[in-house]
Amino acid sequence: MHPVAQEAFLAALEQGWADPRRLHAEGRRARLLLDGAREALAEMLGARTEEIHLTAGHTASLHAAVTSVARARRRVGGRVVVSAVERAALLAAATLAGDEVVTVPVDRTGRLDLQAWQDVVGPDVALAALQHANGEVGTLQPVAAAFEATTRAGVPLLVDAGASVGHVDVGAHWDVLAADPSDWGGIAGVGVLAVRARVRTTPTGPEDEDPWAPGGVSLPAVAAAAASLRAVLADRARSEARRALVDRIRERVAQTVRDVEVVGDPVDRLPHVVTFSCLYVDGETLLGELDRKGFAVGSGSACTSSSLQPSHVLAAMGVLTHGNVRIALPSTVTPDDVEAFCAVLPQAVAEVRRMAGATDL
Amino acid sequence: MSGQGVDGSTRSTLVDARGLRCPAPVIALARAAREAAPGTVLIVWWTDPAARHDIPAWARMRGHEVLVTEPLAPEEGDGGDDDTRVYVTRVRTASGDAAG
Repeated sequence: MHPVAQEAFLAALEQGWADPRRLHAEGRRARLLLDGAREALAEMLGARTEEIHLTAGHTASLHAAVTSVARARRRVGGRVVVSAVERAALLAAATLAGDEVVTVPVDRTGRLDLQAWQDVVGPDVALAALQHANGEVGTLQPVAAAFEATTRAGVPLLVDAGASVGHVDVGAHWDVLAADPSDWGGIAGVGVLAVRARVRTTPTGPEDEDPWAPGGVSLPAVAAAAASLRAVLADRARSEARRALVDRIRERVAQTVRDVEVVGDPVDRLPHVVTFSCLYVDGETLLGELDRKGFAVGSGSACTSSSLQPSHVLAAMGVLTHGNVRIALPSTVTPDDVEAFCAVLPQAVAEVRRMAGATDL
Repeated sequence: MSGQGVDGSTRSTLVDARGLRCPAPVIALARAAREAAPGTVLIVWWTDPAARHDIPAWARMRGHEVLVTEPLAPEEGDGGDDDTRVYVTRVRTASGDAAG
């Protein structure tokens, strides 16, 4: 969490504790705060204020965006086109909302097969969805070209920028844009959805004053989202400094760990995400080893998920799903932190391989 | 569990990785590959969903060749959910000394 998010959250608790839908003085004050935050978010995302909708969180944003756009275009067609590496919440919404989900493959780096995308995006498609970047492996997607194809076909494009906003420029190649405050240092409990005025939507839930967030949103969380995004964007240099550290990790891991595959595009990627898979390594055990040494990392390996299914992203890329480590560098990371991690990793991997009896393979 | 093929020209080895969770199926397969002569066809039975992706990834990293993956005896309706269905993958080990 960004310290600015905490400040804004607490200030909003003081000023904006009332229901912004009420007409009394406190309610009006809350309304002003809410409107100010929306206006700020709109400006930073390159949207108009009335195009900004707030939701209960990023998952809720993706659910609402997919179902309400698909419903509005029911008469056009029931097909929903997605990339194979979209977030699970988006894929689940597509399955629910579409008569047919057309999944477009990705290459070994996780990048969309643009030719296949252009081939399937036709006038009978209700909605197409492509992430701005993959949060698991960091690869940036060709959203500009994908948007050109959907625009030509008259199909609205939903861009999940949940892993990108606050880290890289997301541009204007979208009809619906989803951004995730908890990814840029905001406070959990709010999602941001920008819907171009030209896009028709039909809510799928029961009638409510705010169909994007039935019952209203957490105003302090909205204020924290806007304030922290402003702070993060103002300090772009700091965000970009992580790019060199990721390069360093990619290089060191490939050099010092035997039988490792560093995945994701080495150049066209998010500045702060690095992922690799180690052959013959149990991901859960490796995470435990690294945790004992003071490093909190993630994994897309099956043994670390409650479903025991491997990451659908790694699977779609055709890379090793076991022994997977995903690191998202916070903006406060130092070169010393990175060196310390690189120093302990080879031994941790060797130890896990020894436990599995796989040292000699 | 090694045996001659019918025509005596193709050696094959069976690796039974049913019930093993990742990375154990790939470790068992790698062990068999290490002990097999170059060009041997390894036949691996597996149930772990990660093996579908990890066996080809391992083969690619080690220069082996995946020949085919299919359900084991589908006509017998071994069925059930993905966690109990048995698949068989055939892998030809690398012909050089890079096998392992």
